[in-house]
Amino acid sequence: MSNNAIIFISLCGILSLVSFLIDRRKTWEGFKRGWRMFRNMLLPFINILILVSLVIYFISPDVISRYLGAESGVTGFAIAAVVGSITLIPGFISYPIAAGLIQQGASYAVVATFMTTLMMVGVVTLPLEIKYFGRRAAIIRNSLNFVAAIIIGLLVGLVMGVIK
Amino acid sequence: MKIFMKKFRNYIWITLYLVLTVLSFIIGFEPGKDIFTGFGQSFIEMITFIPFLFIIVGLFDVWMPKEKIQRHIGQESGVKGIAIMVLLAMLQAGPLYGAFPVAYMLYRKGAGIRNIFIYLGAFTSMKIPMLGIEIGYLGIEYTITRTLVSLPLFIGIGYLMEIMLKNRKFEVYDGSG
Repeated sequence: MSNNAIIFISLCGILSLVSFLIDRRKTWEGFKRGWRMFRNMLLPFINILILVSLVIYFISPDVISRYLGAESGVTGFAIAAVVGSITLIPGFISYPIAAGLIQQGASYAVVATFMTTLMMVGVVTLPLEIKYFGRRAAIIRNSLNFVAAIIIGLLVGLVMGVIK
Repeated sequence: MKIFMKKFRNYIWITLYLVLTVLSFIIGFEPGKDIFTGFGQSFIEMITFIPFLFIIVGLFDVWMPKEKIQRHIGQESGVKGIAIMVLLAMLQAGPLYGAFPVAYMLYRKGAGIRNIFIYLGAFTSMKIPMLGIEIGYLGIEYTITRTLVSLPLFIGIGYLMEIMLKNRKFEVYDGSG
């Protein structure tokens, strides 16, 4: 069993037990909500796992590490930041992709930039954002977050380089 | 019929994939088998922690109801106000555009420019379900580092947004216009 499974199962066990001792009905309600959320994301998640396993098979680690690896330099950042800003991939689904990229030789800095722009910058949803906040605020928010994402990528890459 | 089609469309990829995999095993098509091995590993990896993560999220949902925290919006300022915004955002889930209507609600309740954008920042970087999956896939070191770097940056962005929008008749709309 993986480390993840051990960590999440024990944490889940402890929290459930405490919750159950305090309030049985609430705990049951929490289980039901959690299960509902899990059920809703299961199918899209499986689809993305299929896609990732295909991509990992067909795209060789050489290609990934050349364009998104530690030596890719500015190119890697540019690809990550632009693709991350434009595409609209739901958060849950993007993590297996990120893990796959790292497994295939992408650097933490590039992956962190990609993931952060994915979450913080939304070119596709910009028209919607403008409807809520007005043109000026929406454009400033996205630009500032674009810069922030690159800073986050650089710093995370730096720290992960020291740790790993 | 339409509903049937819609339901079917959701299953089309997985069905296609399973059919091709079974075929690969029957005719002994090696790439098909290898891809399935990769898929199988990642599926097992996922199924051994994600359901438990969602139970944890479900428990958070019932014990820390968002409505309770929302009551304090607009009343608290300074560090306490920022903390409430971050906490509220951490309890959410879903894509960023789902946070826009919440931002409108916060605005109506009297939250300032700075806090509204801090809420959006925390929403993008610190949602609990997202942190859980991130730990699972990229490791706890990654998540801690990224969160510690992001937190001051999106708080800073909140301040910058306030400076740039303060005298510009900034308003949050309900998204209909």
